[in-house]
Parts: sequence; C-alpha cells; structure tokens
Amino acid sequence: MPDSHNHSHTHAIAAPAFTAETLINVESAVLSKGGRRILENVSITVGRGEIVTLIGPNGAGKSMLIRVALGLEKLNSGQVRRAAGLKIGYQPQKVTLDETLPISVRRFLTLTQPQSVEALEKSLADVHIPHLLNASIHTLSGGEFQRVMLARAILRRPDLLVLDEPEQNVDTAGAVEIYQLIARLREDTGCGILLVSHDLNVVMAATDRVYCLHGHICCSGTPDEISGHAEFMRLFGPSAAKTLAVYPHHHDHDHAPDGSVTHTH
Amino acid sequence: MFDDFIIRAAVAGIGVALIAGPLGCFVVWRRMAYFGDTLAHAGLTGVALGLVLGTDPTIGIVITGVVIGLLLLALQRQQRVPTDTLLGILSHSALAIGLIVISFMTTVRVDLMGYLFGDILAVTTTDIAWIYGGAAMLLVVLVRIWKPLIAVTVNEDMAVAEGVNGFRIQLIFTLLIALTVALAMKVVGVLLVTALLIIPAAAARRFAFTPEGMAIGAAIIGVLAVLSGLFASLQWDTPSGPSVVAAAAGLFALSLAAGATLKDTER
Repeated sequence: MPDSHNHSHTHAIAAPAFTAETLINVESAVLSKGGRRILENVSITVGRGEIVTLIGPNGAGKSMLIRVALGLEKLNSGQVRRAAGLKIGYQPQKVTLDETLPISVRRFLTLTQPQSVEALEKSLADVHIPHLLNASIHTLSGGEFQRVMLARAILRRPDLLVLDEPEQNVDTAGAVEIYQLIARLREDTGCGILLVSHDLNVVMAATDRVYCLHGHICCSGTPDEISGHAEFMRLFGPSAAKTLAVYPHHHDHDHAPDGSVTHTH
Repeated sequence: MFDDFIIRAAVAGIGVALIAGPLGCFVVWRRMAYFGDTLAHAGLTGVALGLVLGTDPTIGIVITGVVIGLLLLALQRQQRVPTDTLLGILSHSALAIGLIVISFMTTVRVDLMGYLFGDILAVTTTDIAWIYGGAAMLLVVLVRIWKPLIAVTVNEDMAVAEGVNGFRIQLIFTLLIALTVALAMKVVGVLLVTALLIIPAAAARRFAFTPEGMAIGAAIIGVLAVLSGLFASLQWDTPSGPSVVAAAAGLFALSLAAGATLKDTER
C-alpha cells in the first residue's frame, strides 16, 4: 500500500509492488482536463480475488480514475500497469442505447464474445431474470438492465470486473441483491472487482479495501480503518462516519455463497 | 419499353442503395446525420479540387471526403468546441468554398445543378462499374468490421475495455462513410446524399428486431425508393435525384403507418 497521506508530488512514496497476484496497478496518476486538475498523485491497486471500492463525493474523480485504470484516458504523468493478458469486464456508469438500434438481451450479452445458449440461460438465471433472454433491451427497467450488465460480466469470466456505480437506478433492496451477486461472483470465479460507489453502507459489507478519493487519495484501508479516519469524517461529515462506525457490529455474520446470511456467533 | 439511360440509372441507383442502406443504419444509430451532411457538402469542394487538378471530379470528392472525415474524427476527440457546432462550421464552409471555386471555373462548363442534386440519368457504363466495384468493396469491409462496429456503437468505452480497438474501427467506419458519400453523390447530389443514408434506415426500424435485419431492410427500402423515384421522374418528368429522395420519404411515412398497425395487432 502506498502512503496515501503524503500529498506531495515526490516519487519517494513506496510504489505498491506489482506481484503475481496484482491485476491492475495505477501509480502516481496525475490527470488534468481543460486546465482543471482531476487526479493528483493517485495510486491504487487491485489484486486477484479482491473487492476494492472507490468512494468519494461527486466530482471526486472516481469515474475518471476508473477510466484511467482501463486505459480509456491518457495520464499527464504516472503509470498504469496491468497483468499480462488481463481480461476485463467493464460496466460504465451510464449506458444509453439509442432507441433506433434494435437489440435483444441475447445480442447484448454476446456483443464482443459468442456464448452458448446454455451459458446465456444460466447467466440470466443467476441474476434472477431468466425470462428476459429474448426481450428487447429497450423494454427493461433500470434494475433489470443492471442485472443484464452483471450477467454479461458473469458470462465473460473476466479476471477483473470494473463496475461504476452498479446500484444506480435500483431501489435499496435491489442494490443489496446486486451487491450479493457481486460478492458471489468473486467467490465463484476468483476475479478481482473494482467498484465505484456512493452508497457507503451496502458496499462496506463485501469489500476488502476502500479508497476514499477526493482528487487525491484521502485515506485507504479496510472498511473498519477508514470509517474512523479523520479525512473521511471531514469529507462525508460525522453522520456518515457514525453510520459507518455502526458497521463493525455487523461483523457477526458471513455471507454464504448463495448470498444468504450465516451467523458465526 | 425502357430506354438504355433509364436502365443504367436504375442499375446505378440500386448499387448505391445497397451500400447506403446498411451504412445509413450506423449513421442513424450513432446520430451522425450531420456528420454525413458535412462529408457530402465537402464533396462540392472535392469537385472543385478535381477541376483545379484537372482530374476526374470523383477523385477530388474521394480525397476531400477522406481528409474531412479524418479531420472530424480528430476534432471529435477535443472538447473546446461542441461537435455539432464544428460540423455546422465545416459543412457550410465546405459548401461555400466549393461554390466559390467552381464559379471561377470559366474555362470548363460545370453542371452545378448536377453536382448539387445529382444527375442519375447521365450515368455511364463506366460510372456503373465504379459504383458496383466501390459498393462491393465497401460492403466487404463493412461485413468484416460488423461485430466490433456494433459493439462500439452500443458503448464505445465498454467495447474498448473489453479489447476492441475502438479507434481503428472508428477510422475504418469514417472512411466507409466518406467513400459511400462519394458514390452516392452521382445519384442524388451533395445536398441530398444524407437522405439516401438515413431515410431508408429510419424506415426499416419499424420492422427490424436485430441490427442485421434493419440493415437488410434499409437496403431493400433504398432499392424501392430508387425504382419508384425513377419511375415517377419518368412519368411526370420530375428531377430524378429529388424524386428518389421524395420516394424514400414516402416509404418512411408508409413505414410509420404500417408500424402503428403492427403494434396494434400485437396488442
């Protein structure tokens, strides 16, 4: 882990080591757009089987950092390293499909990779929408569309799954279910997951490491560590911190692979 | 019963419709109608360029089309000037510059109306060879990039993150549009080229459930528009290019009505 409290430009910060377990590593990323500094010396890393969550207020540069990690944005300085042959599944924050483009769920799932019918049916069953295989993508609700996106991720069997606010357009119950599906996907495939979120509570349950971003990395660590962090309090206010501080009390349970809760004591 | 020039016109028009339909679908899906307009208007500058260089105007049209296409592709990646403003500037300045240069061409007689509105009745056998050779080549390339082009059209970031070379696909697609416009100009002229791209595609939307279905439907509707437009032109002695476009618009209106009935019977 880089020492994220150091906001200076020096490169003396120990870079996170790029090991065999590392999937993606962004190091000392600096990015400006239209004269505005968006990312300031940001370093993050995602390893195999890890769930890493990026949180931060609106305009903190979360989506931009994701785009940097995916190689969709060029950095002013710093570097991005990816494991050789890394297979990425990406769910952008907003996917708007033009109504004029006739496209079914089946077609959407096989855009960049062919799939067998059995695999398609299983993936949709996994996200609880087995009946939508031949539906037009334009008729789906927000929640159904998010599930289709997840099914797409499951089908592609990526090494790294990048999800930009997957709980969008979904009610709270739906969001919980989507996070359970994501956690299960990690259990089943061992892929790494990089998640952007603004919903602090739900994310915390499954995540291994949290980066709190506000142009720079304000703080990072396990959910427990970060919720008590002064920078975090300053960014989100004491009420958010209090909500998070409640979180450790939920540590008396685990999630079984099917998403159900198992009490450990 | 039909004269040779009518047969030639129909054959040429069908060739153009076959490539303009499928490519036009992407113009509709990607909301690039204005982009097509800009390329078409630049065609007039291309005609002027061809005349200045003393070569076939088609070569001038192809050169300016490709240059403007690449320029637009590069300019779309900046964010200072909104893309539609940029297209408006390029589109109309290209038209204006073309008209000015052509007005200086006192030594050659230039059929300006022919370039603006097309002169399908004047196509020669050589033109037909060019149109079919060109259309066949463009179709082959389009089929080869079809899958990644659909993926990029659905969501470019997602496709690129999943390993599609988005820039390469955009580049090839831009060249395809530029060359299609150069082919289609012969039939309907610079001012109406975009219509031949987007109207058949829009008319096909109502009946299509897959991208491929819509592309094939657009090609068929384009052919129907060419044939009925030419027939009307012959029957009532109307200008041929505009008649083809008017026929396409008529077919679009019919598709709206048919689509509405289709929806009613589904319910």
